[in-house]
Amino acid sequence: MPTFFEGRQLVTPGDLLAEGDYIAGDNTYVEGNKIYASRVGLVDYENKKVNVVALKAFYIPKVGDIVIGTIVEVGFSGWTVDIKAPYGALLRASDVLSRPFKPQNDELSQVLNAGDLIVAKIASYDRAHDPQLTVGEPGLGKITRGQIMRITPTKIPRVIGRKGSMISIIKQETGCQIILGVNGVILITGKNPEDEELAVMAIRRIEEESHTSGLTDRITQMLKEAKVKREESKNEPKN
Amino acid sequence: MNQKIEKLIDKKGLRLDGRKPDELRPVKIDVGILANADGSAYIEQGKNKILAAAFGPRELHPKHLSLSDRMVLRCRYHMAPFSVQERKSPAPSRREVELSKVIRESLEPAIFIEQYPRTGIDIFVEVLQADGGTRCASITAASLALADAGIPMRDLVVACAAGKVDGTIVLDLMDTEDKVGVADVPVALMPNLNAITLLQMDGILTLEEFEKAVDLAIAGCRKIYAMQKEVFKNKYVSIREVEE
Amino acid sequence: MSSLITRVRQKQIVQLMAKGKRLDGRGLNDYRETKVEQGIIERAEGSARVLLGKTEVLVGTKIETGEPFSDTPNEGVLTVNAELVPLASSTFEPGPPDENSIELARIVDRGIRESKAIDVEKLCIEAGKNVFVVFVDVYVLNHDGNLIDASALAALAALLNAKMPNYEIEEGQVKIKQGYTPLPIKRHPVTVTFAKINDRLVVDPWLEEEQVMDARLSMAIDDDGNICAIQKGGTGCFTQQQVFEAAKIAREKAGEIRKKLGW
Repeated sequence: MPTFFEGRQLVTPGDLLAEGDYIAGDNTYVEGNKIYASRVGLVDYENKKVNVVALKAFYIPKVGDIVIGTIVEVGFSGWTVDIKAPYGALLRASDVLSRPFKPQNDELSQVLNAGDLIVAKIASYDRAHDPQLTVGEPGLGKITRGQIMRITPTKIPRVIGRKGSMISIIKQETGCQIILGVNGVILITGKNPEDEELAVMAIRRIEEESHTSGLTDRITQMLKEAKVKREESKNEPKN
Repeated sequence: MNQKIEKLIDKKGLRLDGRKPDELRPVKIDVGILANADGSAYIEQGKNKILAAAFGPRELHPKHLSLSDRMVLRCRYHMAPFSVQERKSPAPSRREVELSKVIRESLEPAIFIEQYPRTGIDIFVEVLQADGGTRCASITAASLALADAGIPMRDLVVACAAGKVDGTIVLDLMDTEDKVGVADVPVALMPNLNAITLLQMDGILTLEEFEKAVDLAIAGCRKIYAMQKEVFKNKYVSIREVEE
Repeated sequence: MSSLITRVRQKQIVQLMAKGKRLDGRGLNDYRETKVEQGIIERAEGSARVLLGKTEVLVGTKIETGEPFSDTPNEGVLTVNAELVPLASSTFEPGPPDENSIELARIVDRGIRESKAIDVEKLCIEAGKNVFVVFVDVYVLNHDGNLIDASALAALAALLNAKMPNYEIEEGQVKIKQGYTPLPIKRHPVTVTFAKINDRLVVDPWLEEEQVMDARLSMAIDDDGNICAIQKGGTGCFTQQQVFEAAKIAREKAGEIRKKLGW
């Protein structure tokens, strides 16, 4: 019952990862009793499960996911939202307005207009239909302040860290509120733009070095050093 | 400019550019070089310089172009006007139309076409400089662009041509060898699955010569496949080095 | 395209194929009934009509004079064009040639050109200035599968039927004389197309087999059994073994067809 790579080795589509009594995990496919990689990434053998942590992958909606999207079109009974997925998402007017929707009286563009950002949840999605969004829960709705950044969706778990360790450190050190959309879009809201920039920098670094170890410590270090630098430049007498 | 070339293989058995019959031209590949594309790759093979970009999966506009049960793959092979000796009109030629089709058909077997219905993937290949074997180099680059875009694939696709010049079966023909030689056999392969996804031929070959040419082209494909995999490995290594 | 064939039918064809059988009762390597007629369009310098089962293709050749290409100053010129006219199939739409008709034309062209079927040097009138230009126009009249083989056959039959006008050069001017000379044809390439269905190769796929097939492989074979042109089509793939097997069968079938037509 062989496997053909060592854990955390780079694999490319078509690489034979395992043969025999194994379970095919993320970014793999099966032919007979052979498991192959379907994306470029690092292979991971977790007991009998074979996964590939992809270098890059696009977001495919799942019911319950929290995503951050942009309104692209105001329609007759709702809005089309870009959630950075192969499919555009729909947000129904009835979901947003707390009362019944009257097309003659209600001007949808006054509620949400093209270019607005929202935090939403995937309410439904299947092969035959575009994803439907809902904003009818606390914490969801139009975004009014903060910075938006985008990383490849496969790296979001790394930004969260084991049991939330990574994201807690960033929030702590920068004092920012951070919403991580499963679709790779991230909202950072801080007390000032400099704090927000720190968080952006940290997340970018995580995206680039996601496959390395000791990252949590390095990020903590980086944030502490950056803050010290900032303090120093503030206290420097201006000549 | 239009000197008639008589001998393509000299007394030592070497070709016009000094290569042995079973030798590839120097190949250089890079991925992720276009910021706006979902995936991209650049290849230099001999004097060929080719750029490939992949977009998608994404919704098609107008919607009626999409299929309800599968993805649509579109491919455009295009040569820049300055890519060849005599300026080529930018309008798509019949050759470019045919090559766009065969390149698309060489890549589609590698893609899980039923996975994302009602979407499309667009592949654009731009030949910046041409010196024979552009369709093969294009396929090699396009498949990397697809993988770079994170599109799930069964295997990478790699392509290489073999042919006959001066009575000898040779690998990876350059333009002069293609024009003056006796036959050209481009082959595209999914190496792990041993599946041929492109096969064309023009010229005159006996059955034995044809079999030899296909064998040689496939051997060439496998060499280039190793280079395709190296490109991704190098991308990771370079990130590791920054950390150290 | 597969919406034109019902799922039940698709399954039937694929299942029969597993047993090595075809829905129309043919053997895996059998062609449908083939009929070739020549000289049916008088205005054309050469013409032929081929019926391959119900697939019908008409080819007309026109021979005119013109300038040669700069890199082949003493050779005549061959141009092949194909039209998938709307009346031939509900899937053909009017308009400029699409990728299918361009591919078809180029496959037919390659078979003729690479096999050196036409003795192009005999088409030279005045080197570098004036040569005969042979236009081969493929007109698909009914699509019931395997347009490639039918078109290639009709193209060659039309060329064998074609005549070029006699001429003489008087004071540097080309003057057309009375009478004609047959177009000098020295080789008779025949194209054999395979479909791959359920991992089997079948010769001369008809329309429904084409709608079910994974991939298609066409090979042009000359009088000596040499391979002159190959085109793989469709979104499936072949193994090396299948390719070599197809080549052997193609050489056999091409020889049979040439014999049957007396070429």
